[in-house]
Amino acid sequence: MYTFSKRLKIASFILMAVGALCLISGFLSAPSTVEEAKEMVAAHGDGHGDSHGEESAHSLETSHAMGAADASEHSTEGEHANEHSAAHDEHVFHQLQNRPWSALYVAAFFFFMISLGALAFYAVNRAAQAGWAPLLFRVMEGITAYLVPGGIIVFVILVLSALHFNHLFTWMDAEVVANDKLLQGKQGYLNPTFFLIRAAIFLGGWIAYRQYSRKLSLEEDKADDNSKFKLNFRISAAFLVFYLISESMMSWDWIMSLDPHWFSTLFGWYVFASMFVSGITVIAMVSIYLKSKGYLEEVNDSHIHDLAKFMFGISIFWTYLWFSQFMLIWYANIPEEVTYYVTRIEHYKLPFFGMVAMNFIFPLLVLMNSDYKRVNWFVVMAGIVILFGHYMDVFNMVMPATVGENWHLGIPEIGGILFFSGLFIYVVFNALTKEALTPKRNPFIEESRQFHY
Amino acid sequence: MASKVIHAVYNDDDILMHAVKKVRAANHHIEEVYTPFPVHGLDKAMGLEDTRIAITSFMYGCLGLAVAIVMMNYIMIEDWPQDIGGKPSFSYLENMPAFVPIMFEMTVFFAAHLMVITFYLRSRMWPFKKAENPDIRTTDDLFLMELGIHNNEEELKKLLIDTGAIEITVKEKDE
Repeated sequence: MYTFSKRLKIASFILMAVGALCLISGFLSAPSTVEEAKEMVAAHGDGHGDSHGEESAHSLETSHAMGAADASEHSTEGEHANEHSAAHDEHVFHQLQNRPWSALYVAAFFFFMISLGALAFYAVNRAAQAGWAPLLFRVMEGITAYLVPGGIIVFVILVLSALHFNHLFTWMDAEVVANDKLLQGKQGYLNPTFFLIRAAIFLGGWIAYRQYSRKLSLEEDKADDNSKFKLNFRISAAFLVFYLISESMMSWDWIMSLDPHWFSTLFGWYVFASMFVSGITVIAMVSIYLKSKGYLEEVNDSHIHDLAKFMFGISIFWTYLWFSQFMLIWYANIPEEVTYYVTRIEHYKLPFFGMVAMNFIFPLLVLMNSDYKRVNWFVVMAGIVILFGHYMDVFNMVMPATVGENWHLGIPEIGGILFFSGLFIYVVFNALTKEALTPKRNPFIEESRQFHY
Repeated sequence: MASKVIHAVYNDDDILMHAVKKVRAANHHIEEVYTPFPVHGLDKAMGLEDTRIAITSFMYGCLGLAVAIVMMNYIMIEDWPQDIGGKPSFSYLENMPAFVPIMFEMTVFFAAHLMVITFYLRSRMWPFKKAENPDIRTTDDLFLMELGIHNNEEELKKLLIDTGAIEITVKEKDE
């Protein structure tokens, strides 16, 4: 049995406390009037602020956050210079107001996505009846324990958005929709009620599978036949069908609809790759941590090697999808599509390309060598970079639509990471203390023990 | 130089694996083992060095990547620039995304083909090469272990029979 070490528990509380303070200060320092927003931009006067003056940069902007009403004014910019500047100020005001919300949402989604990715990996191993994995099942179940609180937090943020506490999703604003033909056409699908119903179904399905599979997994240890194992195999296969459809729709709803005019048909897969690699990375890191504390004695370097192979492989898979999405849009160069990347390359150059370096070039070169995948501290270091890279991936998916040019990696963003990492550590390691870390009578447990490369 | 070798034939891969371990434990050098199919873990049991083909694969991949870059630069930028999809081809860097699939394919192509050729050459297999296989039955269902004899013929014979060999022959080997 694993006991939650005092130091780690205190560390998780400190992370949560510091993170919460940073988030609160982010909310408090967000402007409450247009005038305040103007002052803040003027006071800042840095690189981001300067680009406001450039009309060329502006005409390229997606202008979602300001809504289509303002966008139409854009086309007659010359004649309505004054009106424009007022609209512009309001636009910046909304973006600055969105910033703490976005920071909260990106971090909440990122840590939720880790546990969902780990759940998918767990289900794949269950459905494939993998022989190498059973020793790691309790670790995976511990990580997916975060699905419940993490999912509820994300859901609450979505409900608050639907109740207009923030302007993350512009299509939720009736005024914006009234002036936007495209959004009116999408209203049958993109409306707050149906949006929340879908979110509830997705989360309900994932959490139900997680809880039921965990229950069967624990009962399996006490059973005297393999019926629980077989049932778990069947529900895992069924879950994967549900998951791949619902995950794809979830990514359209929760992320792609932040840019409601833009769409990409492989977006679901792209988000899936991101969550899958993050989930596997965290499984590897938690296993290595537990091993370093003297638990999981039977997990050997070959298990870590296999997890690192998945980290390497899925990183390349992520890049494949990222680039496929990018290249087709870049090549076709259709204005309504390409605006997505124009915004990112114009205003998010460093996070956008930095993310590719962290998520592709770094794991490619560092994890290519077979021997390095067996060096535990090496896997942990690579994992930290991959995780930060995928945080930046979510950042790049969300921020351009919600805060536009006014992005920073400042106090609210770091606060979000700290708070949710603290909560994640607390929930996951608390769940790990509940049961023995090694399943007793999984039919493949002996194969997993003997696993070698 | 002619040398004497002993051939021990086995009819099961598990027995062969145990035999290899036993022979090595008795400090005899195994020249070669001929099997009808790859036996998992045999290389480790025989104490063979790890393959270095992965390193060559990486180098060939880099070569393929370089060839693709130079090739596309010559074809699309220098020799015959074309305006495709409103993208004037006068800058390699600005057109780079379109070349990425080619870079990828050439990397894989070079790595795969040159790796196979390297593997054949390193295994001393080339067209019209006479088979080194000492016993044709190892292409069907038998396993054969070859050991050099250094004035210890009787000792080896006894050891090999103990390990479960079904047939033992001593041969003169030229080379």
